[in-house]
Amino acid sequence: MNDDLSNGFGMRRKGAQRLEWPAQMIRLAAGSDGPDDNQEFFMKNWRSLISEALLLAAGVFFAGCNKPASPSGAGGEVIKIGEYASLTGSEATFGQSSHKGTALAVDDLNAAGGVLGKKIQLITEDDQSQAGQPATVVRKLISSDGVMAVLGEVASSRSLEAAPICQENKIPMISPASTNPRVTEAGDYIFRVCFIDPFQGTVMANFARKTLKLKSAAVLKETSSDYSVGLAKYFVAGFTADGGNIVGEENYSHGDKDFSAQLTALKADNPDGIFVPGYYTEVGLIALQARQLGITVPLFGGDGWESSSLVPIGGRALEGCYFSTHYSPQDTSPAVQNFVKEYRARYGDTPDAMAALGYDSAMILADALKRAGSTEGAKVREALAATKDFAGVTGKITIDSNRNASKPAVILTITNGQFQYVETIKP
Amino acid sequence: MTEFLQQLINGLAFGSILALIALGYTMVYGILRFINFAHGDVFMLGAFAGFYLAPKIAAVLPTPSVASGLAVMFMAMLICAAIGVVIERFAYRPLRRSPKLTVLITAIGVSLFLEYTGQLVFGAAPKSFPPLIPVYPIAHLGGLSITSNQVIVLAVTGLLLVALRFIVLKTKIGMAMRALSFNPEAAALMGVNTDIVISFTFALGSALAAAAGILFAINYPAIDPLMGILPGLKAFFAAVLGGIGNLPGAVLGGLIIGTTETFVSGYISSTYRDAIAFSILILILLIKPSGLLGRKEIEKV
Repeated sequence: MNDDLSNGFGMRRKGAQRLEWPAQMIRLAAGSDGPDDNQEFFMKNWRSLISEALLLAAGVFFAGCNKPASPSGAGGEVIKIGEYASLTGSEATFGQSSHKGTALAVDDLNAAGGVLGKKIQLITEDDQSQAGQPATVVRKLISSDGVMAVLGEVASSRSLEAAPICQENKIPMISPASTNPRVTEAGDYIFRVCFIDPFQGTVMANFARKTLKLKSAAVLKETSSDYSVGLAKYFVAGFTADGGNIVGEENYSHGDKDFSAQLTALKADNPDGIFVPGYYTEVGLIALQARQLGITVPLFGGDGWESSSLVPIGGRALEGCYFSTHYSPQDTSPAVQNFVKEYRARYGDTPDAMAALGYDSAMILADALKRAGSTEGAKVREALAATKDFAGVTGKITIDSNRNASKPAVILTITNGQFQYVETIKP
Repeated sequence: MTEFLQQLINGLAFGSILALIALGYTMVYGILRFINFAHGDVFMLGAFAGFYLAPKIAAVLPTPSVASGLAVMFMAMLICAAIGVVIERFAYRPLRRSPKLTVLITAIGVSLFLEYTGQLVFGAAPKSFPPLIPVYPIAHLGGLSITSNQVIVLAVTGLLLVALRFIVLKTKIGMAMRALSFNPEAAALMGVNTDIVISFTFALGSALAAAAGILFAINYPAIDPLMGILPGLKAFFAAVLGGIGNLPGAVLGGLIIGTTETFVSGYISSTYRDAIAFSILILILLIKPSGLLGRKEIEKV
């Protein structure tokens, strides 16, 4: 049928079809004429659908039961290590950085002959920065790939999602950069190589009070993020304990683009500084909008700021702002400089804190494997828990009784679009 | 008082962007009685078109300047108009005689297609949008701050509303659009080429979305392939609130939703922002089901 005809006739047909619908519905409702067949068809379909669903569920269940029991890669040629990271999505630079650091560590280990005489195979999954994905990909890593340990994630909310799964399967998990305390509370198989929010929040509170000499501060936090809420809580506690005054608190949600309402409200509170414990995309926009609204006081935050995307988004608005993080590439110690050199040679850019932590997470696991002399989950767990004064890129790491790393924090500032080292604060 | 006025300005600035997106929704609905759920994603494509065009324009025109901003916006509008026509031709036209529900679900499919193809092509990480237009603080009167960007958004929204009304009410193609909206069969019988009119409607709506995308990106310079979902949804509500199919209604709806959200976040809590804003929407629709400026449609039986 050509187009000219279809125009006129098409419209009329459409009208006719509209009439058919109510008639059909009436027929269905009345249950007369024909629908008997229909009903039977539906019943059959339902029954087969339910049985299929049951079969599927059973299959998944058995697959889930069987896999972890089989010695995961222990007898194989390689040691399989799983990694889940936000390679795409709103926190993509975190995942990309930590992944690059981890991959570099694995290559270094393999170049040195591997661990326990075996090469390490890193299996990486992307969780797209989305809630729900970490659980899926970590289950896949454990049950389908049979990894002996899991490395990840940077964002606390997503680490919290995967931690119970690793714990349940007795697979050691090491988070490179999740700072929320609850992450390692998931169980005795969950470790981290970074400091935790009570420490980071207190460090920023002390820094704001002692170095910046702020009398009052306001807080703008992301309510949907465990990281942001936790950090804000410890900052407020530390700041008020030190005699500071919290004059305002506002919230935003993940993915918000307009913060002018919250910032206008905070501006009216007249704080000496605003603590923004968020992630870089939002922080960049917040800084931009704060300056547009005529807020000139410094903004400061935590390690969620550290990203190469922060300055391109926030630009000049971020000048003179501060954040705490895990390491500075300007550190002159040979361990840091070697790492920076190697990373630059391989990827062509300067490693940020997430890359350094990603590197350390893999190295600390390798160290534990060597000391355990086995890839068995329980033994590796014991060895990890006993880690003391491990010389990592991000400082000397000691795993404490809560499986958290006790180590120094670094404070950086933004000058001319560059991160500049300010000071190191020891625990 | 200063805070109140500042919040009002914030709300109007945010609302006018919603209004611009809502204009596209409402126009397509007005002509075709069909909600184009992919509209928010065309908005996203507009922002990305601007992102990729900006360096090319910067080679010819000095950036940031008003001229380069307008050039980028105009080209992005052309690109998105073409995309709109293509979407209509391949996704919606084959279904023109199908039930409305089929087309609606296809629109959601097109929306998802654009979002995830966007992630594949542009990458999922947020990109920083280059400064196209210089930002001047216009006023710092007694603590009030208005930037040139906010004024530009309001002005562009106003101008596009006037231009749209002119096209729809005063031109020949506008008359054809109204005829089609009134009675598609009669319009076709009177010699209106419905295909061309519908294509034109989509081109116009998509160009509006592109303009909104560029303005949004200038104000909130972090763009990603999923950026269209939330503004698109809110703009859709704005269009419904103002009376879907009614052009000034869309602008009014956008401004109301923008200011309500801003006031709720500023004075109550941003956590309940959407909940409260949409409760108000429900209340208004309970009292006026056809929207604030919408005409009551008489159902012929």
